Amino acid sequence: MADEAFEPKITAFVCNWCTYAGADLTGTSRLKYQSNIRIIRLPCTGRVDFMLIQKAFARGSDGVIVSGCHPNDCHYTSGNYHARRRWMVFNDLMEFMGLDMRRVTFSWVSAAEGAKWATLVNEVTDHLRELGPYTEYQRLLNAGVA
Amino acid sequence: MSRLGVFVCHCGENIGATVDVTEVAERCKHMPGVAHAEDYKYLCSNPGQNKIKQAIEEHQLDGVVVAACSPRMHEPTFRRAVTDAGLNAYMCEVANLREHCSWVHEKADSTTEKAIDLVRLQVEKVKRNKPLDTIQVPITRSALVIGGGIAGIQAALDIADSGHKVIMVERSPALGGHMAQLSETFPTLDCSQCILTPRMVDVSRHPNITLLTYSEVEHVEGFIGNFKVAIRKRARMVDEDLCTGCGECLQKCPTKNVADSFNEGLSMRRAIYVPFAQAVPNIPVIDTENCRKFQGKKCDRCAKACPTKAIKFDQKDQIINVEVGAIVVATGYQVMGTERFPEYGYGTYPDVITGLQFERYASASGPTQGVIKRPSDGKEPETVVFLACSGSRDAAKGVKYCSKICCMYTAKHAMLLKHKNHHAKAYVFYMDIRSAGKNYDEFVRRAIEEDGVKYIRGRVSRIYEEDGKLIVKGADTLLGGEPVEIKADMVVLASAALPNHGQGELAQKLHVGTDPYGFVAEAHPKLRPVETTSAGIFLAGACQSPRDIPETVGQASAAAAKVTALLSRSHLAREPLVAEVNRKPAPQFSDCTGCLLCETACPYQAIGHEEIKDRNGNVLKTVAKINPGLCQGCGTCVSLCRTKAIDLHGYSNEQIFAEIMSL
Repeated sequence: MADEAFEPKITAFVCNWCTYAGADLTGTSRLKYQSNIRIIRLPCTGRVDFMLIQKAFARGSDGVIVSGCHPNDCHYTSGNYHARRRWMVFNDLMEFMGLDMRRVTFSWVSAAEGAKWATLVNEVTDHLRELGPYTEYQRLLNAGVA
Repeated sequence: MSRLGVFVCHCGENIGATVDVTEVAERCKHMPGVAHAEDYKYLCSNPGQNKIKQAIEEHQLDGVVVAACSPRMHEPTFRRAVTDAGLNAYMCEVANLREHCSWVHEKADSTTEKAIDLVRLQVEKVKRNKPLDTIQVPITRSALVIGGGIAGIQAALDIADSGHKVIMVERSPALGGHMAQLSETFPTLDCSQCILTPRMVDVSRHPNITLLTYSEVEHVEGFIGNFKVAIRKRARMVDEDLCTGCGECLQKCPTKNVADSFNEGLSMRRAIYVPFAQAVPNIPVIDTENCRKFQGKKCDRCAKACPTKAIKFDQKDQIINVEVGAIVVATGYQVMGTERFPEYGYGTYPDVITGLQFERYASASGPTQGVIKRPSDGKEPETVVFLACSGSRDAAKGVKYCSKICCMYTAKHAMLLKHKNHHAKAYVFYMDIRSAGKNYDEFVRRAIEEDGVKYIRGRVSRIYEEDGKLIVKGADTLLGGEPVEIKADMVVLASAALPNHGQGELAQKLHVGTDPYGFVAEAHPKLRPVETTSAGIFLAGACQSPRDIPETVGQASAAAAKVTALLSRSHLAREPLVAEVNRKPAPQFSDCTGCLLCETACPYQAIGHEEIKDRNGNVLKTVAKINPGLCQGCGTCVSLCRTKAIDLHGYSNEQIFAEIMSL
């Protein structure tokens, strides 16, 4: 069971053009969400190397969000498709390696979806609260798997 | 060791009310590498920027983190400020304490902690920033204007008058847009065609404008200053060079029962047609869906009638490729049809019409030569009810927004009815009268006071037919909701203005953002109202949101001024945040193994390869090479690279890992 005082640590990798702007819109619309998340701005989800996700877990993140433009809306035409394809491949691989894939959320949030960003962050935070701290990752690290 | 400066902004109360800004600045002082930290009320103001400049000189800072609003807002401002003090612009990063922290969280210690984390993240990043120089890219000095309504016409003329080439693409066979359909314009009641058609002719005659009607944008690639656009010029089946516009063919066409879209379906046209008599260009189009020839029947009457043999049944669509430096989107709007209103009969009552249809009846060039008649029996209506806000300001069944133009054109319609038929009775049901604008309110007062139009404040719940009349049932809310029933001959819906059909697809082709309703989004609602979210693409007119003619023309001129300013330069400075393949001393030369996986992944064809040769010209190694002029800095190649030979300036692996490790 999750500890009552447990505050999950969430790292988000978002693209500059859609989700970062969408999260800006959440702010401009003054919609509230839980403050556990830390956003790292990237140009595009195509830039998200899966090493970044592993690094975030290694650094003690309990969850990771990757979010970018909707399919067809990528500022760079196709970066998000590359991200999606890489996601499909790595999802299986990381699961095989023993990573808890419930802790990685892949989403599309456009620059107009400020409300969706707030909902997404709250849902992920609540979900991670239920899952509890990701202590298992250290065991994987020690075993040399991750 | 770096000497960084951290500047934390209160943004008035915007950050200061939820985040303990002084605490953030205090804690930043102790971060490794930070030589100076302070807070200030408004960092973006002149004194605020001066504070940053002074601190850079005083403390000999080699990097700056500004903790303020979103970098999408003021990153350029602060980058300029640090350059004034002699720092490289890219040695400045912005931590987003407003949109991503103070505005979305409640006042709490955890919010301040998050703010400190966000600053630390940028501090760790900026330590690893490298000075970068802007990239100079040549600009193609011509513009594309999409849409040939009044917005597009004004923008095209302004750009062309300043000496730049313009390519104008219009989807329909003729210029003019909705303005060509209007009868008279508020608040002066001058005839729409009289002020519009000369400008249409100006466009067609302008030496700097290439006009492509019956054409659509097929594909767009490239970026500001360097767009490559493929335009589909649809087959008119009429040779534009041979046609003299004599109109002989129009008379001979045996198909006479096609709904005339220019007249909003109120009259019939032939299968070969010119949308309206004053059309520019005055060249007919064969509507292949209705033409007998294209339905497999034997008919070539138009071709026989043509004195110059201009009819070409075998004409094919043409793809025209153009290169432009800027694009203006001026695609306009459409109105919500009567079929969208169940309480007004789902479009089944012919005498319930839209405002645009009323315009055609009231227009001297319309189906009745300006006599207001009703569609069902062609009689002149005695009692006409106008319903403002049909679909607008109706979150449940229509759209949430105000369509802005309806209050004014409804007053105009009622006035025109009274002017043309003095005995007629005009009723207007309204929610509020929104008549802000020069001479606008006076115009509405004139309709009420001089022309005797009856304004009833309230909504209509239902319309049904009885004994050849339309019974309009509503309530007068100024009389405490007393029921009102009017036996009308015709009902005119001031129906909501919607984004034009095909707007979404076009926005995708252009990579411009749209708002939740589907209108083109502006880059900033107040400060950048004619720019889209994509650099080099501008907007004008009702494609952004409903607006009237004066506002549209003003906005089109503004967009044209932006385009002209862009095209007046020969080169454009571009952000140097591009990818680069690393180089190493021989014998390795580079981590790149030449697999060229990146080449196929690059959406901009920015990656090619180069051969590294020895002095005898023998190829030692083939490695990827990125063209910094074409690279847009998405970083797809970076995460794809198997040997980590590619890195992205501004978002390097080192920087991002440092950001992650700071948390």
